Amino acid sequence: MIERFDPLKGDRLRVLGDDGRAAPDLDPGLGDATLRSLYERMVRTRLADTKALKLQRQGRLGTYAPSLGHEASQIGLASAMARDDWFFPYFRDLGAYITLGYPLADYYHFWMGNESGMRTPDGLNIFPIAIPVGSQIPQAVGAGIAVKYRKLGVAVVTTFGDGATSEGDFHEGLNFAGVYRTPNVFICINNQFAISVPRSRQTAAPTLAQKALAYGFPGVQVDGNDVLAVYVATREALTAARSGKGPALIEAFTYRMGDHTTSDDAGRYRSKEEVQEWERRDPLARFRLYLGLKGLWDDAYEKEVQAAATELVEKAVADAEARPQASPEDVFAYTYATMPPDLAAELAELQASLPEGRR
Amino acid sequence: MIVTMVQAINQALAGELARDDRVIVFGEDVGRDGGVFRATEGLFDKFGPERVMDTPLAESGAIGAAVGMAALGLRPVPEIQFMGFIYPAFNQIVSHVARLRNRTRGRFTAPLTIRTPYGAGVKALEHHSESTEALFCHIPGLTVVVPSSPYDAKGLLIASIRSDDPVIFLEPTKLYRAEKQEVPEASYEVPLRRAAVIREGRDVTIVAWGAMIPVAREAASAAEAEGVGVEIVDLRTLSPMDRETILASVKKTSRALVLHEAPKTCGLGAEIAATIGEAALLSLSAPVMRVTAPDITVPLPKSEDLYYPNAERVLRAIRKLMEY
Repeated sequence: MIERFDPLKGDRLRVLGDDGRAAPDLDPGLGDATLRSLYERMVRTRLADTKALKLQRQGRLGTYAPSLGHEASQIGLASAMARDDWFFPYFRDLGAYITLGYPLADYYHFWMGNESGMRTPDGLNIFPIAIPVGSQIPQAVGAGIAVKYRKLGVAVVTTFGDGATSEGDFHEGLNFAGVYRTPNVFICINNQFAISVPRSRQTAAPTLAQKALAYGFPGVQVDGNDVLAVYVATREALTAARSGKGPALIEAFTYRMGDHTTSDDAGRYRSKEEVQEWERRDPLARFRLYLGLKGLWDDAYEKEVQAAATELVEKAVADAEARPQASPEDVFAYTYATMPPDLAAELAELQASLPEGRR
Repeated sequence: MIVTMVQAINQALAGELARDDRVIVFGEDVGRDGGVFRATEGLFDKFGPERVMDTPLAESGAIGAAVGMAALGLRPVPEIQFMGFIYPAFNQIVSHVARLRNRTRGRFTAPLTIRTPYGAGVKALEHHSESTEALFCHIPGLTVVVPSSPYDAKGLLIASIRSDDPVIFLEPTKLYRAEKQEVPEASYEVPLRRAAVIREGRDVTIVAWGAMIPVAREAASAAEAEGVGVEIVDLRTLSPMDRETILASVKKTSRALVLHEAPKTCGLGAEIAATIGEAALLSLSAPVMRVTAPDITVPLPKSEDLYYPNAERVLRAIRKLMEY
């Protein structure tokens, strides 16, 4: 199906229309429970994201990169993944984390400023978030090389923004993937901005998806505000990757509704009108229409979903905030497999200088 | 078996490839060609293209890939063709390789060994004579290793590959074929984080590593003729540093000289001098001295003699220490 949408012709894969109706030939035909779980993850993500912003403003959480507007992309791609697939995220992937089962309390704990929040629980194949832009891309390809070498039969998904496509690591990573035909699915969340710099300043190419063609594998642009479009494209690319057909690039065309981070003010570089235009394309609203047409959504269900999500979020915040501060030993302990004597001496010197309660 | 350093390195790689199927050797020209210095000669034929992989010409891509491979349980041994070309991978090394264990509280680690030819003295092209070990020693989480003999090269490389920490393994190009030494055919480890006193003396300690060791030896012999006993500490692992061995030697001799082929300012000599100042000041008969390259860009071969520390400069420093 991916091959039907040619990025060079400006094609964009879209399943859901503005009215919430699905294109019959593209609708993945998911069961009711699955459809509802997609929606519930989107709601959970939005609430968890809104909560993070509030916590930041209250001084309870550090600088934070909000996911508002990215829910369809994040939930669509992560819902298509199998449990054994690997995920190499960037730093705006809350919905994917929630979908893949990463404990929300851990996620908050990290953004509150604690390394231990980025320790992926055993059994989950999620790499830590990448803040140096694009640096996770060759890493994901290395994971793909290892998957092939160890014959694990899984795929590796990596996400990054439109700005990352200008980085050398994007080129090097995709080039390696093409050469070694690794089981990688590259997902560019094109939200139109790298902080303040618009997509048009990242590349003169009309689409980001078409860049895949130069590396010798398919690329497709999908409507990133259409959870089903992202889901079907990712599912197909994952199936191909797992069966040895090589990598693919998916460009999820969306919009960053919020600021880049809590330290940014997007009002400095884009108009209200532009943002309002994208508000009309809200990914949750569109999917709600679709569910409504199928008889899977009504006010009572919405209340139920909101209440459950609120409870989960509040519990996660309470859990994260109840965790003790990391000890000095813990902060030092993971620099090397075994602590060198000089580092142990530095730790001892530091501890001696600390007040009783911080040692 | 009498071998050169480059042959000893080849033996180490062959042994680890045979012993552990998680070990993957890769880089530019390491496969069919056997490496530009022949360090990987024969490995491609013996172990195949999945174990000894030629990569596209992209250092950041290769080291980034190594991080992902390591996370999925492999032991990557990438080669960067010359240290002067490692900088495109600096972001991967500093931002990920060095700190992956810390960022994930040990869930993921990067036990990879990045091999790269290093140092001047072989009349090479521009960018082929770099000695920027201090950049890497400054990064917590990295282990930086430099062998000075075939025996150490083999044992240290094996220990590096088996180490659970990422290692920057710097191979002095000047020593690749400079001397031959008896090296056991079987695998063995030379422990990381341990310096070696390779010559004993009562008057002056020279701390050096890699291709500066022959220079130190030459100066030590000349000093001997002048009645000065020189002890040489071969640091071997530059970081984490074996300060104990340095300090023990300096406390014995009461005079210290650090010798390195990297430029002086913020070179490792500064760190060693500070260590001695902090921990052995009252044992000193003279200030710690440094003999290093000057703070200039490595000159092209015709002027390399102005850059590369030699025994004459070391001997003059030894005399100064003795006369202080």
